[in-house]
Amino acid sequence: MRDYIFKRLLLLIPTLFGITLITFFIIQLAPGNPVERKLQLDQGIQAEAITQQIVEETKKLYGLDKPIYVRYWIWVKQIATLDFGRSYKDHRPVINKIAERIPITLTLNIISIILIYLIAIPIGVYSAVAHGRFSERVSTFFLFILYSIPSFWMAMILIFFLGGGDYWDLFPVYGILSPDAENYPFFKKALNFLWHIVLPVFCLTYGGLAYLSRFQKGSLLEVLREDFVRTATAKGLPRHQVLLKHALRNALIPIITILAGILPAMIGGSVIIESIFSIPGIGQLGFESVLSRDYPVIMAIATISAVLTLIGILIADLVYVLVDPRISFEAKK
Amino acid sequence: MTETKSVGYWGSVWKKLKKDKLAMTALVIILILFGTAIFQNFLAGNKPIVLKYDNEYYFPVLFRYNEFFGTDFKELDTKLKNGDFAIFPPVRYSPTENDLLSVLTPPSKEHLFGTDDRGRDVLSRMIHGARISLSIGFVAVGIAAIIGILLGGIAGYYGGSVDFIVSRLFEVMMTFPVFFLILTILAFRDPSIYNIMIVIGATSWTGIARLIRAQFLQLRQFDYVDAAVALGGNDWRVMMKHMLPNSLAPVLVDISFGIAGAILVESGLSFLGFGVPPPEPSWGDILSQSQRYVDFAWWLVLFPGAAIFVTVTSFNLLGEGFRNAIDPKFLGSE
Repeated sequence: MRDYIFKRLLLLIPTLFGITLITFFIIQLAPGNPVERKLQLDQGIQAEAITQQIVEETKKLYGLDKPIYVRYWIWVKQIATLDFGRSYKDHRPVINKIAERIPITLTLNIISIILIYLIAIPIGVYSAVAHGRFSERVSTFFLFILYSIPSFWMAMILIFFLGGGDYWDLFPVYGILSPDAENYPFFKKALNFLWHIVLPVFCLTYGGLAYLSRFQKGSLLEVLREDFVRTATAKGLPRHQVLLKHALRNALIPIITILAGILPAMIGGSVIIESIFSIPGIGQLGFESVLSRDYPVIMAIATISAVLTLIGILIADLVYVLVDPRISFEAKK
Repeated sequence: MTETKSVGYWGSVWKKLKKDKLAMTALVIILILFGTAIFQNFLAGNKPIVLKYDNEYYFPVLFRYNEFFGTDFKELDTKLKNGDFAIFPPVRYSPTENDLLSVLTPPSKEHLFGTDDRGRDVLSRMIHGARISLSIGFVAVGIAAIIGILLGGIAGYYGGSVDFIVSRLFEVMMTFPVFFLILTILAFRDPSIYNIMIVIGATSWTGIARLIRAQFLQLRQFDYVDAAVALGGNDWRVMMKHMLPNSLAPVLVDISFGIAGAILVESGLSFLGFGVPPPEPSWGDILSQSQRYVDFAWWLVLFPGAAIFVTVTSFNLLGEGFRNAIDPKFLGSE
C-alpha cells in the first residue's frame, strides 16, 4: 500500500509539470504585456507616453526581460519552495491573496458537495428501485432537465425572482455578509453568512446533484442484476436488507470516484457563480487576475487547483481500493 | 412483403432510436434549430426577401443591389407604387440595428421578445445567435473528436510506453480547471469565433480519447485485427479502416453530449464577456446584458436562457437516446 501511494505521488510530478508548463506558455507567449498594462493602470498614462526605458526597467524588475524557458525554470524553482511570488497588481504576496480567498470557495464547494451526496444518493436509490414506473420516469426526466440548465441562467432567474427586484426580496444577491455584519455576535454572523450563500450554493449544487443521482441509479441498477443480489433475495432476506446492505454498498463504489471528476468542473463553476454573486472567493480572484494579466496569481491558481484536483483523484482511488476488496494495489501495477 | 432485408448495425441503431420518443423530439428540435441557423436572414432582418419595384423583382436578402444601397428599407413602404410589393422576413429587424428610441422595451407587438439596451430586437438577435451557438458546438466538437480519436487510437493501438505517455496527457487535461484555462486563453488572445472553437475543441477531447483508447485496447486482441496486420496493412490503415469503424458508435454519444457542453461553455464565456466580439449576436451575450437590468428586464433573462437551455437539453437527450440505442444490454430485450 505504501509503495502504491508513493508511486502515485511520483506520478503527480509529471502531471503537475505538464499543467504548469501549458499554463505558463499560454499566458507568457500571449500578445500584450503586463508591464504596459500595469503602467497604464498605475499612472493612468497612455500607452504612447510610456517610454521604452520605463518599460525595460519595469520588465527587469519583474524578471520579464529573460527568455521564456529561463523564466519558467525560475518559476519552478520558486514553487519548489512554495513561493508563488508577488502579485503584479498590488505587490502583495500571491500566497496571502489566495489564502484569504480559498476558505470561502472551499466552504461553498464543500457544502455543495455534501448536499449533492446527501440528496443524490437517496434519489438514485429510489429511481433504481422504482425503475420503469411512471413516477420514476417523470422524476428522472426532471433531473435530466435540471442537469441541462446553465448555472448562470439559473442564477439570473433566482436573482430576478428572489433577489429583490419586482418580485420577492428573500435572499441577498451580493457578497457573503451584510455590510454591518462585522459587529454582529458570532451566531448572528453565521446566520447572516448562511443566508447569503443560499442562492450561490444552490446554483453550484443542482447540476452535480442531477448528474450524480443519474449515475447512482445506473450503478445500482447494474448491481441489482447481479447474481449475489438474486441469491440474497432467494434465501429470503427482507427487501430493504438486500437493497441497502447487499446492493447499495457495492453500488456506492463508483460514486466515490466520480467525486474526483467533478472537482475541476466545480472550480470552473465557481468562476461564474462567484462573479455573478460578487463572492470574494478564488474564482473571482482568478477572473480578476485574468482580466488584469496578473501572471503570478493566474499561475498560482492554476497550480493550486490542479494540486487539489490531483489529491482528490488520489484519495478517491485509495478509498476505491479500501472499500472494494476485489481491487488490490498489486493488480494496478 | 415477406422479403426481409438485413438492416446492419447502423440500421438497427437507427431503428431503436426511432422508437425513443424523447430522442426523436430532441432530433426534431435540433433540425429546427439548424433550419433557423441556415435561413436566419429569411427569418429576421431588415431587408425584404422579395421586392417588386417598377416591374422588376429583387431579392435583397440574397443579393446586394446598389440602387438600394443608400435607401433604408424601412421607408420602402412609402415609395412603393401601385402593383409593387415587398415581402419582409417575419422579424423585420436586423440583429445589429440600434434604435435608441425604443431601448429596453418589454415584449410587445413590434418586438415580440422585447429590446435590449441599444434598442436591438432580442428575437432577431436570438435567431442570428443560433448560427453562432451551433457552429461553435459542431466545430469545437469536431476538433475534439479528431484529437481524441488520434490520441486515443495511438494509445490503444500501441499500448505500452506510448500508452503510458498519452495517458499522462489525458490526466493533465482532466485535472485542468478547463473553464479557467479557456478563459485565460481567450483573455490573452483575441476572442474571435474561430479562437473560441479551437480553444473549446482543444480542451474537451479527453472523453472521446479515453473511449477510443479503451475500445482499441480491446479490439487489438481480435483476430480480424491480427489478420489485417498479417495481410500487410500498415498501422494507420489498420487503425482507421478496420478498427475505427467498429469503435465509432459510442463516440456518437460523446459527440452529442460534447456539443451540448460546448454550447454551454460558449454561452458561459459570452456571459462573462469573453465570447464572440460585439456586435455579433450570441445568446450568452444577451443574457449577460440582463445582469445590469436584472431588477426589471425579465425578457433579457428568460428568452436567451431558454434558447440555451432547450438547445443543450436537446443535444443531451439525443446523446442519451444514442446511448440506449447502442447499449448491447438493451439488444434483444423487448
